[in-house]
Amino acid sequence: MQLLRTFLLRLATTAVTLFGVAVIVFFVIRVVPGNPIAMMLPPGATEADVAQLTALYGLDKSIPQQFLIWGAGVLQGDFGASITSRQPVLDLVLGRLPATLELSVMALVIAVALGGFMALTGTRLRGSKTEAAIDVGNGVALSVPDFLWGLVLILLFGVLVPVFHISGRVTPSLELPFSTNFYLFESVLRLRFDLWADIVGHMFMPALALAIPLAAIIGQLLKQSLKETMNLDYVTLARTKGYGENHVILSEALPNAILPTLTLVGVQFTFLIGGTVIIERLFSYEGLGNMAIDAVINRDLPLIQGIVILFAVIFTAVNLAVDLCYAALNPRLRHA
Amino acid sequence: MLDGRAQISRPWSPRLILSGAWLAFLVAAALLAPWIAPKDPLAQDLFLGRLPPFWVTGAEPGYYLGTDSLGRDVLSRILHGARLALTVALIAGSLTCIIGATLGLLAGFLRGWVDIAISRMIDIWMAFPPVLFSILLIAVLGPGLTSIIIAIVVIDWTRFARVIRAEAMAQGAMDYVASAQVAGRTRLSTMVTEILPNVLPTIVVLLTLEMGISIIVEAILSFVNLSISTDDPTWGGMIAEGRTSVHQAWWVLVFPLVTLFFTVLSFSQLGEGLKDRYDPVLR
Repeated sequence: MQLLRTFLLRLATTAVTLFGVAVIVFFVIRVVPGNPIAMMLPPGATEADVAQLTALYGLDKSIPQQFLIWGAGVLQGDFGASITSRQPVLDLVLGRLPATLELSVMALVIAVALGGFMALTGTRLRGSKTEAAIDVGNGVALSVPDFLWGLVLILLFGVLVPVFHISGRVTPSLELPFSTNFYLFESVLRLRFDLWADIVGHMFMPALALAIPLAAIIGQLLKQSLKETMNLDYVTLARTKGYGENHVILSEALPNAILPTLTLVGVQFTFLIGGTVIIERLFSYEGLGNMAIDAVINRDLPLIQGIVILFAVIFTAVNLAVDLCYAALNPRLRHA
Repeated sequence: MLDGRAQISRPWSPRLILSGAWLAFLVAAALLAPWIAPKDPLAQDLFLGRLPPFWVTGAEPGYYLGTDSLGRDVLSRILHGARLALTVALIAGSLTCIIGATLGLLAGFLRGWVDIAISRMIDIWMAFPPVLFSILLIAVLGPGLTSIIIAIVVIDWTRFARVIRAEAMAQGAMDYVASAQVAGRTRLSTMVTEILPNVLPTIVVLLTLEMGISIIVEAILSFVNLSISTDDPTWGGMIAEGRTSVHQAWWVLVFPLVTLFFTVLSFSQLGEGLKDRYDPVLR
């Protein structure tokens, strides 16, 4: 019952947040200098042509009026049409979403694996030089943002030792038999491991760049909670029972130490998704973020609105999911 | 684990010394750039395009770190770029700090409707992808130094507001605040004289971090080609050019990237080092 009330309350604040985002982005982009209509018409178009098209896109009305029209459309699932490509915004955005989701999830998996490995190794070898080295490595990884890691990776594994592709999502000359835009997922389902290898070769560096700072955060926090848990009585008891160090860390300490890290990973995952915007640009990866930057450059107002709203929906959904998981996993919060 | 006292008595940690030294060196280089830069950072010479750095065969004397595709001296552009990077760090970092910390203090200490309004704004801000938000703002404001600074302040104030709000809330619940109130202080005066000094260490740490972030934001915006102008030497602009010609002339990317890397790392390590040194409770 309590959980349901918390959920409904969070849902209401989420709606307020999304409305706020919609209002801000709508009004901000309408003061952008540069007429999108003039940009899409060929040179030599008359004033009348511009006026006609402006009316067609509803840009001649007052901004609050435009917002009402747009808002009514959005509630019915109509986000308008892109000015540059003239296709429905929803189709364009949903077409790119899988690319960004696959990249984000791959980055998350790498971050959890890398960070978890660092934390466990550091705990197993606590007090040693290896632990000190891990701490320094984590500190550096944490201080430098994904954008710079992306550039470093391009230099190391794209130029110096060219093992990965530095741009795109898949080699353009390949024939793709896919029916969805979840290339990575579908290549596995169709058992096309040649394509899978090519896609991973393109995705690995951008995903790793996004993952490095998060891996460091996970490594630091999980190691800290593990070391605190290792000093608790029940862990000592497990040790006196004769369990080995590896068993004590993995089976006794880890389940109790993991909760704070889980919450943090949830919050940080939204930051990671936000990071895809510039990382996709850096690696010319055909996802939402790259499309968003093009949309801003082309002053494609309906497309910008659609993408920003979609990002906001993803962020708030992730946060909501994290809160619910936390409430479900933490018995103290369940009855609070 | 060392206890707090042992940490304080330790004079200067290596990371404070290293990051401080790099930043001091950078400040000196930025101030002296017009005198120590070997070439004019804007001078183009297409006959001297893509010269390698001095230790590679084919280098020209005087162009120590090589030239870009337009024949502009990489070293001179990095030195002049430091001026812009540090200006952005200082001004954008401080303004963000002042505005964000003030809002955080107000929300955390006054509570009530002030807190509700500010917290709701933070929620909305957190739902924007920051890079996209900054690119949008630059599209609205037009390119230029002032626009970059405004964009950074508008986007990043939440970093301060969130943390300081939580700190102010924790401090506000303590006895010394209650006794200040009993002694007849006004809410506002208690906030400034009692709460502020106690959250100041956190503010200083956040400020150093924000300076590093500001430099990155500037670099990202020049990378997307929305920053100052394509001619002016900016690290991000150099990196953008280097990214496109990385297979022909690696040095155009490597040197500005290394400079940016160490600068951002130093700001962050300086913040972390100060945190350890002056506020052991925070760790």
